[in-house]
Amino acid sequence: MSKLTLGPLFFHWKPEQRRDLYFRIADEAPIDCVYIGEVVCSKREPMYYDDLPEIIERLQASGKQVVLSTLALITSDREMAAIADRCGDEMMIEANDVSAISLLQGRPHITGPFINVFNEPTLDFMVRQGSVRVNLPVELPGTSIKTLAGMSPVETEVLVFGRQPLSVSMRCYHSRAYGLHKDSCQFVCETDPDGLAANQLNGNALLRVNGTQTMSHGYAVLLRELAELQAAGVTHFRLSPQVTDMVRVAEIYRSVLDGDLDAEAAEALLHNATGPVPFVNGFVHGREGMAWADA
Amino acid sequence: MRDNIPYMELVCPAGTPAALRTAIDAGADTVYCGFRDCTNARNYPGLNFDAKELREGVAYAHAKGSWVLVAINTFPRAGEVSHWHRAIDTAAECGADAVILADIGLLDYAMRTHPNLRRHLSVQAAASNPTSIDFYRETFGISRVVLPRVLAVDEVASLISRMKVEAEVFAFGSLGTMVEGRCYLSSYITGRSPSSDGVCAPAEFVNYREDGAYMESCLGQVVMNRYAKNENAAYPTPCKCRLVTNDNASYLFEEPVGLNAVSILPQLKAAGVTALKIEGRQRSRAYVGQVVTAFRTVLDALARGEPMPDAAGELHRIAEGGRETLSAYKKGWR
Repeated sequence: MSKLTLGPLFFHWKPEQRRDLYFRIADEAPIDCVYIGEVVCSKREPMYYDDLPEIIERLQASGKQVVLSTLALITSDREMAAIADRCGDEMMIEANDVSAISLLQGRPHITGPFINVFNEPTLDFMVRQGSVRVNLPVELPGTSIKTLAGMSPVETEVLVFGRQPLSVSMRCYHSRAYGLHKDSCQFVCETDPDGLAANQLNGNALLRVNGTQTMSHGYAVLLRELAELQAAGVTHFRLSPQVTDMVRVAEIYRSVLDGDLDAEAAEALLHNATGPVPFVNGFVHGREGMAWADA
Repeated sequence: MRDNIPYMELVCPAGTPAALRTAIDAGADTVYCGFRDCTNARNYPGLNFDAKELREGVAYAHAKGSWVLVAINTFPRAGEVSHWHRAIDTAAECGADAVILADIGLLDYAMRTHPNLRRHLSVQAAASNPTSIDFYRETFGISRVVLPRVLAVDEVASLISRMKVEAEVFAFGSLGTMVEGRCYLSSYITGRSPSSDGVCAPAEFVNYREDGAYMESCLGQVVMNRYAKNENAAYPTPCKCRLVTNDNASYLFEEPVGLNAVSILPQLKAAGVTALKIEGRQRSRAYVGQVVTAFRTVLDALARGEPMPDAAGELHRIAEGGRETLSAYKKGWR
């Protein structure tokens, strides 16, 4: 049966807002697996790490698989040591940097979407390393997803809801937008729990900045495509947390995956639930990612 | 390590066979090039090599003691991997001195199929810590890593002191601000990506619109920048576009500047850098000639223990639009 997952929270939410999200997901959402952990900026980690054991316990008690996601860019010794430490734990880890793949060699782990698995030999390699599930990069067209999901001997996962991560940098654009530097950022990213809108000069929306990460303004929404992805062999479908009712989002996707709701009706419900943010699905249709292709 | 390199190896762009000869004549220790298709990250019209041109280029380079590296540094699309395999086979058959690879599947293929062909890890793999670099060395036998542009000079030094392969770093040229190999901005806007198409913001999507007293540069339907009509318009690259945040228009990611690391070459040498890379396979032969000549002069002077020669000023002048940056090498850039 198709599994629904909640990807790692990319944004820097206040600890209480973060706890609320995970507790509600634990208690109410039809989600099978929850990824937690800081992916974007290691400076944020200490601010909510105290809560992690309780969040993990609550999620596990509700029967959900819990996976710890690593940073997508690892440069400092401190970051590397923290990852190495976690890779020694019992928990399932999602590796988002090749260094984590290396540390997890030979024990079951998950390949994250920030590792470039674009083709069959690379996917095969990850499986030989011990990957039990491979997240496919958001940029992949449907043709590649189908080929990879079809041949994969392990589970495959695709992002089907939420702002798409488009790039990662050493530079913090959030700090820069507020006239600060990364090293003295005052955690300004906390002021924009939904990311900082970065619009075109004509006022049209384009991107969202989240610290060192750049994201699509629109939500990726793959609902009409779900049946085809299921048929192609994709096993896991990822929702990325946004400032919206994620329990409701999960219910809508669960209904479509189960065949209880048709995709167009689901889109209308999702629009009602999520408000004015536009939907995009261009990448999966082999087009520009910001496009909305009427599938 | 080659024994005829006095200071740091100068690795220069060869977008065409003519640029290859120009770069070598101007003093390049090494040139890098790619095939005329999506297997390399500069897949632009009028550029690159076929097998015959590569074979001739290798002969020309070897006659002058220079090396030729072949960049096969995009990520093969599922179902089309054999095309990339053939590119590696061809590079080997033509006598290339190394291939520059980023994709894990391709590294695996090259190691098994052509064990004696040197493998360099492309910047597109963005290996940014000792654990990653060690992994690529142990698993795929890489001889060199091109470091991503995320580290300050002291961090470059620290990393090199803990890795067992050569380090190549970017020293000059037009470079993006995002971590390489993981940037989907171009494909988000145009549908064409550096990852598998080998292009960023391809020219066929660039257009200019007049808007009253201003000129707008656009990529596809997206406004990248706005200029007064007498102002010089920079190429509309997504990471150097002007965006509005909190009602303030700015170069949010980076100004339209070029990297110029000539002022910190001694620090890079002290950090243990083996090779300096000049970006610009899409640039004219004249540009390549000027930049390589200036770098050759600077490196030879530094090798003799002399102070920084005047040629460094030439590089300041050539740098993109006269505006240059030390980028991530300088800590405050972050």
